[in-house]
Amino acid sequence: MNKTETIAAIATAMNNSGIGIVRISGDDAFAIIKKIFRPYKNKNIDEVSSHTIHYGTIVDGDQIIDEVLVLIMKAPHTYTRENTVEIDCHGGMYVLQKTLELVIRNGARPAEPGEFTKRAFVNGRIDLSQAEAVIDVINAENDFALKSALTQLKGSVSEKIREERAILLEQIAYIEAALDDPEHIEMEGYGEELRPILIDRQKVIQTLLDSADDGRIIKEGVKTVILGKPNVGKSSLLNALMGQERAIVTDIAGTTRDAIEESIRLNDVTLNIIDTAGIRDTEDVIERIGVDKAREYAKEADLIVFVVDVSKKLDSNDYEILDIIKGKKTIVLLNKQDLVKEAELDNLMKELEGMPVIETSITQNQGLDLFTKTVREMFYKKEINFNDQVYITNIRQKAALEAAKDSLSRAIDSIDAGMSEDFLTIDMMDAYTSLGSVIGEAIEDDLADEIFSKFCMGK
Amino acid sequence: MPVVTEEYDVVVVGAGHAGCEAALAAARLGMKTIVFTVSIDSIALMPCNPNIGGSSKGHLVRELDALGGEMGKNIDKTFIQSKMLNTSKGPAVHSLRAQADKQEYSKAMRQTMENTENLTVRQGEVAELIVNNGKIEGVKTYSKSVYKAKAVILATGTYLKARCIYGEVSNPTGPNGLQAANHLSDSLKENGIPLRRFKTGTPARVDKRSLDFSKMKEQKGDVPIVPFSFSTDPETIQKEQVSCWLTYTTEETHEIIRKNIDRSPLFSGEIEGTGPRYCPSIEDKVVKFPEKKRHQIFVEPEGNYTNEMYLSGMSSSLPEDVQFAMYKTMIGLENVKIVRNAYAIEYDCINANDIKASLEFKKIEGLYAAGQINGSSGYEEAAVQGLMAGVNAVRKIRGQEPVILDRSQAYIGVLIDDLVTKENMEPYRMMTSRAEYRLLLRQDNADLRLTEIGHEIGLVSDERYEAVKKKKQIIEEEVARIKTIPIGANKNTQNIVVQYGSSPLNTGVTLDELIRRPELDYEKVKELDPEYKDLPKDIIDQINIEIKYEGYISRQQKQVENFRRIEGRKLSEKIEYQKISGLRLEAGQKLDQFKPHSIGQASRISGVTPADIAVLLIYLSKEGK
Repeated sequence: MNKTETIAAIATAMNNSGIGIVRISGDDAFAIIKKIFRPYKNKNIDEVSSHTIHYGTIVDGDQIIDEVLVLIMKAPHTYTRENTVEIDCHGGMYVLQKTLELVIRNGARPAEPGEFTKRAFVNGRIDLSQAEAVIDVINAENDFALKSALTQLKGSVSEKIREERAILLEQIAYIEAALDDPEHIEMEGYGEELRPILIDRQKVIQTLLDSADDGRIIKEGVKTVILGKPNVGKSSLLNALMGQERAIVTDIAGTTRDAIEESIRLNDVTLNIIDTAGIRDTEDVIERIGVDKAREYAKEADLIVFVVDVSKKLDSNDYEILDIIKGKKTIVLLNKQDLVKEAELDNLMKELEGMPVIETSITQNQGLDLFTKTVREMFYKKEINFNDQVYITNIRQKAALEAAKDSLSRAIDSIDAGMSEDFLTIDMMDAYTSLGSVIGEAIEDDLADEIFSKFCMGK
Repeated sequence: MPVVTEEYDVVVVGAGHAGCEAALAAARLGMKTIVFTVSIDSIALMPCNPNIGGSSKGHLVRELDALGGEMGKNIDKTFIQSKMLNTSKGPAVHSLRAQADKQEYSKAMRQTMENTENLTVRQGEVAELIVNNGKIEGVKTYSKSVYKAKAVILATGTYLKARCIYGEVSNPTGPNGLQAANHLSDSLKENGIPLRRFKTGTPARVDKRSLDFSKMKEQKGDVPIVPFSFSTDPETIQKEQVSCWLTYTTEETHEIIRKNIDRSPLFSGEIEGTGPRYCPSIEDKVVKFPEKKRHQIFVEPEGNYTNEMYLSGMSSSLPEDVQFAMYKTMIGLENVKIVRNAYAIEYDCINANDIKASLEFKKIEGLYAAGQINGSSGYEEAAVQGLMAGVNAVRKIRGQEPVILDRSQAYIGVLIDDLVTKENMEPYRMMTSRAEYRLLLRQDNADLRLTEIGHEIGLVSDERYEAVKKKKQIIEEEVARIKTIPIGANKNTQNIVVQYGSSPLNTGVTLDELIRRPELDYEKVKELDPEYKDLPKDIIDQINIEIKYEGYISRQQKQVENFRRIEGRKLSEKIEYQKISGLRLEAGQKLDQFKPHSIGQASRISGVTPADIAVLLIYLSKEGK
């Protein structure tokens, strides 16, 4: 095997947390660490076992740079499948930089963005979809998204897609064989046999695509709309949630025309609350934007929070909202529990059957914990439901799956149009190639660079 | 001892289907060329099947013709039956096949060879290569004559250390009892070219008078006859055709084969060469498909002036007595008289991974190989390689870049790329399934695809090239025009549409939409076309195909664009792959061994993975290429 260049980078986020890791990978990783690391009790680094941690100091000549823990990992059981050293520094950003400089002065070169992962890919440790999942790990906005990213890392997307490709290839091969050996391979009625097979493949791909939508939710947060008639406590709820977590992640322009999404994090779940321009000025969302707008927002929402004021009699506004939320995932807040109950809820409760209903008094901070818990539970129930599922979480993969599905549709259309089998393979082959490009098993000249350039430094 | 010494530009070893095309191409391009054969009487011999073309092979012949080859013209002169195969399927798999009068075919080719300027035909066995510093300098015959040359093309077919075998009988001869070439193998090995043994086989020939055709199904030729060569005027070749006959083996046949299978040299281990899976002997078929109660066999005439009939599908190397018994159990062959026994033939060939896509040896400059020596099988496969080797040898001498057709341009490109890139463990036969872009690589448009290249090479006349350019233009303009012709949903339209069993129009459409309907075509709707032109049939065919299959064609074109992007990333022969950081050891070794000319070719080498290709691409982008 050729000697590979040794690369190094700071592998943790650039902030002043004080703790950070310098990662070194390559043939010279151990030689370099030996030059700059003085282990406690003068342990010989050459003799330690793989995957062990050693305490000591990083030194530049006689000068001590930092007190560190050094993790020694021998090839091939490392992320890059190369000899890898991680230096766990404690002395802040300056010390991290200093350590990295020292490593580089002693024979490593700075890693390019994504180079560690590129090596993992190149050395056969991961395939392309797993490499992409690493990007998602880095970019994951919450723990659940991280979990999804990790599932993909294990190769479940790859496995699923490989299965689908194998099934397609078998059919393509059958047609090809029959074209060349018509005497021995029967083609009569084959289209009818093939049709359901292709439809099944489409279904599987659709499932993967549906998960892509889930993936979007996980990464971007749950698109949430708060509905309720005027003065019911919507703003208070929003303010309370924001105040409670003090965790506004971003203000991103929403996909909906004039709305702003407010990103609020409840522990490990991110809610993107669609906040219409007026939602905080006047609580009158129904009045301001009308039932139609509300309907429109509700349609796009992943979650609706329906706030009911129990201190007032139910009116047509409440019932209109009831109509809107039919079939949507909804949490109902029976708010203003601290006031005198005026609403007759019996009828309403019947309509709300199956939905979580929480009694709150938002201004008194009552019931909000339960609300948070309910949101998380709904989320985790989904996690349990979708536990075996494979998530597609990036746009390139999604586009390739869409393309595969379209190609299959065309093949099915060709069967229905009575085209001879030699036409079917054109679109079946396209589907096969598109599926291959999801997991990097299709040769595309710009793909690898495109993917690896997206990586953060040090991963 | 005084010896004859002569000087040529190009020496071609062998005058079979590859050798003839190679020699003709080189001579026609102005090179002083000599071609050697063990027997002048066996030029362009057809020692096996009596036909040219067939599924995917017909494509090869048409491509060869568009490039300026001879095979298409020669079969047009000498065919006795012609048929377009697979017409029930799409146009991609239509294939022309013509039954040849074998002797006439050979005679006609000999006449062409003997009357080609710059070309010398010489009987003699080439025994030795003269190589100096990795460069070919000529050949030496068995009689020690020296022929100096700037380029040498090996087209030895099945003759190298050939051995014909049936049962316990083994003759050290080439096909038809012709003298084998027993000396060149050693010279190749001495020059560092490893050889291997391949085998193929041929069925018995039987006496027409001993067959009962009333029990068989007659297979007539097509009327009208479509010529192979784009330069043959169809009018000139319409003639009386002879028939082929379809019959079957019986369970009794299979029983005899099973009982005697241990006496087959293939199964007893007497034959060490590997045979083609796609052209199996009858004993292979019986073993491989035990559930089949019968196999179809075509009985084909070998020529107009002979009673010999060829039993297509019955190739065998079983002992004579078994052959005798087994043929008699076939329907209509109860009283059969055998004229020649079936036999298997074993021969030396090279591993085509040792040659480049130009067909030049990687290790010996100026030495080329074409045809069965490269591990292919079939007359047509041989012929196209012959032409390419001839052309590239000349270009090498002239200091020009070789002509390499890629997989999206021609079946020839697929064939040669497969031979030089993939691991072929058996004789390679062309098949439609090997061509990824076959809807574009049709036999009907080979002229449109390749005449320009043939013209550039110098084997196609200006006249012919201009005619094809004109044809292309007419097709393009006509297809564009048709798309602008509005057709109203009026009574006249409905009458015509319904007359052909097509459903009436709901709204107005453009003419192309009508033509696209399976029941209709360009000519059927001509009354609706105010500017209808009476165009030649081949042009109308193209218009119909382009309109009817437009969607499929454009999708396939997209596939080709992707392919070309990757194929366009060239790799220098100077790259030292094992030094590329990050490339796996196995991949590095394979790539160093193959020295692929493009990323595309690299990706087709077995043992090179997509991840390796990603590394190569990263390497190339680093190098700024």
